[in-house]
Amino acid sequence: MNQDFLVLCLESGSVAVLIQKHTNMSKNWPLWEIFVRSKNGLEHRHFGSLHAADADMALENARDVYTRRSEGVSIWVVESKNITASNPEHNGELFEPAQDKVYRHPTFYDLPDEVKHM
Amino acid sequence: MKQNKNLYNYIIGIADNSLILAQRLGELCGHGPTLETDIAGTNISLDLIGQARNYYQYAAKVQNEGKTEDDLAFLRLENQYRNVLLVEQPNEHFGYVMGRQYLFDVFHLMFLSEMLQSKDETLAAIAKKGIKEVSYHKRFSGDWIKRLGDGTEESNHNIQEAIDELWAYTDELFDQTEADKAMIAEGIGVDTSKLKEKYYEEVSILLKEATIEVPERKYFIKGGKKGVHSEHMGYILTEMQYMQRTYPNMEW
Repeated sequence: MNQDFLVLCLESGSVAVLIQKHTNMSKNWPLWEIFVRSKNGLEHRHFGSLHAADADMALENARDVYTRRSEGVSIWVVESKNITASNPEHNGELFEPAQDKVYRHPTFYDLPDEVKHM
Repeated sequence: MKQNKNLYNYIIGIADNSLILAQRLGELCGHGPTLETDIAGTNISLDLIGQARNYYQYAAKVQNEGKTEDDLAFLRLENQYRNVLLVEQPNEHFGYVMGRQYLFDVFHLMFLSEMLQSKDETLAAIAKKGIKEVSYHKRFSGDWIKRLGDGTEESNHNIQEAIDELWAYTDELFDQTEADKAMIAEGIGVDTSKLKEKYYEEVSILLKEATIEVPERKYFIKGGKKGVHSEHMGYILTEMQYMQRTYPNMEW
């Protein structure tokens, strides 16, 4: 017996239907942003978003949607509306001034090999 | 020899519960109410298929007739399947799917927790691996029972309807076949009669919390453990066995 069959259904043929349902759901359940720590010592990283009625359901859904291939050891969920994002129209004033400040990068130091994730 | 036959029948009984419930959940792959619940249901299905594989591999070894896990899973006749009637009940609506799941999960977790003590090392090892999976299944289905029961008028009506109907199949979980009794006497099998009171107590507490009325019922429907199935079983097997019967010995 091979479990790949069900996985195959999930990964390919059904995705279009599911995405359609996903879109329809947006009328009902709020959107949540999912952050997953892939292993101890690393930071939580943004993995994607999903719909859920509340935080508990968001955690369970995130467990099933984003960590079913052992991607994580810890999950954070944040309702998307609680995230304040920068406005792309302000990108010029926000980010461009940093582009010619090369001296702000610590590239003039030799980093020992033992220092990782810098 | 007799002992092996009993052990084989005992393992098959446990395995069929997982396989048929997995098949029911698998039917919903791509048809779940939302993307998230769809993936969750399929995950549970795959957990159960994984457990069933371990049981069938072991049963094939105990049987010692050169059969494989696929032979046992896909090539038996309807009356040779020994799953309880509860797990073959159809996916009428989401209330039935979660109701059936929860009513089985509570039993399943209690059962595996007891099977940890089995004198049969293989069964104890399968139980150890399954407990974490099934703990999550129960958490997931239990949460949904609460959401549906304590949700809207419509969701409460639907989950109540499902629980009322599925309740009739719960008593069979605790029925003991001859193989069950023989294995209990050997210290291999789980004495399900000891779980019954605890089971109804735990389920009732959650149902009350979910504002669902606990059904009162004197007569229960049974038969699956003896190989006498509901009218749904033939359709399940037709779909499930199609590939192996059309392309014998096929592998993926």
